[in-house]
Amino acid sequence: MTASFLAEDYLEIRDLTVDFDGFKAVDGVDLTLLQGRLHFLIGPNGAGKTTLVDALTGLVRGTGGAKFRDHDLLTMKSHMIVRLGIGRTFQTASVFEQLSVLQNLDIAAGVHRAARRSVFARGRVPERVEQALETIGLADLAHRPAGILAHGQKQWLEVGMLLVQDAKVMFLDETVAGMSSGEREETGELLKRIVGDRTIVVIEHDMDFMRRYADFVTVMHTGRVLAEGTVAEVQADQRVQEVYLGTATEAATHG
Amino acid sequence: MTLTTTRSANEPGGGADPAVAPPAHGRRRASPARLLDTYGSLIAIGVIAVVLLVWAPSSLSQFRLDNLGKYCALALASMGIGLAWGRGGMLVLGQGVFFGLGAYAMAMHMKLEAAGPGGVPDFMTLYGDGTMPSWWEPFRSAPFTIFAIVALPAVVSFILGYAIVKRRVKGAYFAILTQAMAVAFATLLIATIKQTGGFNGLNTFSTVFGHNLFDPEVKRNLYRVAAGLVVVFLLVLWQLYRSRYGELLVATRDAEERIRFLGYDPANIKLVAFVIAAVMASIGGAVFVPIAGIISPTNVDASASIMLLAGVALGGRASLFGPVLGAIAVGYGRSTLSETFPTQWTYFLGALFIVVIVLLPGGVASLWPKLRSRWPSPTAETPANGDHDVDRSQPAVPA
Repeated sequence: MTASFLAEDYLEIRDLTVDFDGFKAVDGVDLTLLQGRLHFLIGPNGAGKTTLVDALTGLVRGTGGAKFRDHDLLTMKSHMIVRLGIGRTFQTASVFEQLSVLQNLDIAAGVHRAARRSVFARGRVPERVEQALETIGLADLAHRPAGILAHGQKQWLEVGMLLVQDAKVMFLDETVAGMSSGEREETGELLKRIVGDRTIVVIEHDMDFMRRYADFVTVMHTGRVLAEGTVAEVQADQRVQEVYLGTATEAATHG
Repeated sequence: MTLTTTRSANEPGGGADPAVAPPAHGRRRASPARLLDTYGSLIAIGVIAVVLLVWAPSSLSQFRLDNLGKYCALALASMGIGLAWGRGGMLVLGQGVFFGLGAYAMAMHMKLEAAGPGGVPDFMTLYGDGTMPSWWEPFRSAPFTIFAIVALPAVVSFILGYAIVKRRVKGAYFAILTQAMAVAFATLLIATIKQTGGFNGLNTFSTVFGHNLFDPEVKRNLYRVAAGLVVVFLLVLWQLYRSRYGELLVATRDAEERIRFLGYDPANIKLVAFVIAAVMASIGGAVFVPIAGIISPTNVDASASIMLLAGVALGGRASLFGPVLGAIAVGYGRSTLSETFPTQWTYFLGALFIVVIVLLPGGVASLWPKLRSRWPSPTAETPANGDHDVDRSQPAVPA
């Protein structure tokens, strides 16, 4: 990609473990997320992908280290992590359905606004919000309630909300799940356009989507990192093939 | 709708700059309907101001005007409930506490006025040994009393709210806690007869800030203050509801966790609404006392708090005008019905409450947007005041 690999912003995860009463959903993960690339996180169900992101965004407690700009994310509260520039989406799109598309984006953009300014009504639309509306292609729907958007559009709106926050690290949890193939393609192109100097981590099950857009892939299995590399490298990896074939066989035998 | 700019960005890694965008076409010109959406509320506030401040004083008898003044005082507390509950999603069942803080602060000052310089309120000699607790002393000062009416509920609600909201207590648990607060407050008042007048409360006042309470002109002015504050609070809430904070509060009500992951601490957002609501209730209480001539634990206990809430629910909790209209309607219905049916009037109120909740969960104020949504409107915008959790289907327009 265009960004330099002498990156200043990177998220370094060391020995991250999430322990649910003895069950290690994430088990000693080491991972370095560099800026400027679409980093796909794949793995069978229960591999710990979402839990990993939950731990990095303060939703569940993890041990180990996750360093970003001299902060250890594991000791921070969720909203402070977001303020540091680390945003995420959820598997089910969760936009504010009663508010308009514009209001959704404006609320997201407000995180960098002084609190005392929030007693005023929005005057003109902030430039950042207008740009995001264009980037995610929802400018024509700016004044419609977000609740009427199609599934794919809601996901784009979520991405837009991260954009107006200028999130440097974006965790996108199964963003293209349930999308039509056309929507998937548009989403992929959208991500390529916005990645710039950001780190975009995409949790995904769709292998075609991954093959097409991933710059880098990390495969997780039972809470651990199984393999890392480019799409070609990962696909050629014997263990990855076993895990995917293995789980398929297991699933078949277990009915 | 498709991602139109995608097509031009097919070259690998190209078009990475989101700033390269076609000129915005999402901005809209002001249309008459949009102006009505924005300023219709101001016109309605103007109408209410004329009715309350011009029509009522010239047309109503002193007795009716006094009553309307009391309803206005209750409406001030109700408007706070509208903010905290309707917009903030916090079912505040204990606003009587804050109403009581303001009311008792005012009543203490008036008792001391009646007792004269250096004097001791009459009930203290009657129930106790005629010595006054030292914390009464500052209330001799009118400026201190006015300061306390605002500052006391702000401090108390901040501490209570911080303890409750920061621990992420919400829903029914929040409601029960606030109701317990009202029960405890009333119990405390009853138990401290020597200091607060106990069950009888504080009454027999003669002057308020030096003005004779029995002078008809003073009475009319007391009414004007209550009605004027209703108009002022409406303007404050109108601005608050259209502000970014207002949007944020509704968003927090509807999806608290989402707000957290946008970098806000939802507890702070809710705390602000809770404190403002408490101050509004306190000012309402302070205005209530000189008009009613009495404040007692029955005005501030759990059932008084619920009566406030009933008015808000009837009127429409999330709308700007619902709580005011509801409070005045319940107050009016209460006194008219109790004149005719001294013992059964609560059943009427209960029945009305059930009918409204079943048929109009958004309150009477939600009738207006329901009607408006039937007219073809050039604006398709849906502002943020809908009763999301009960009436998801209705696009709501600021009432």
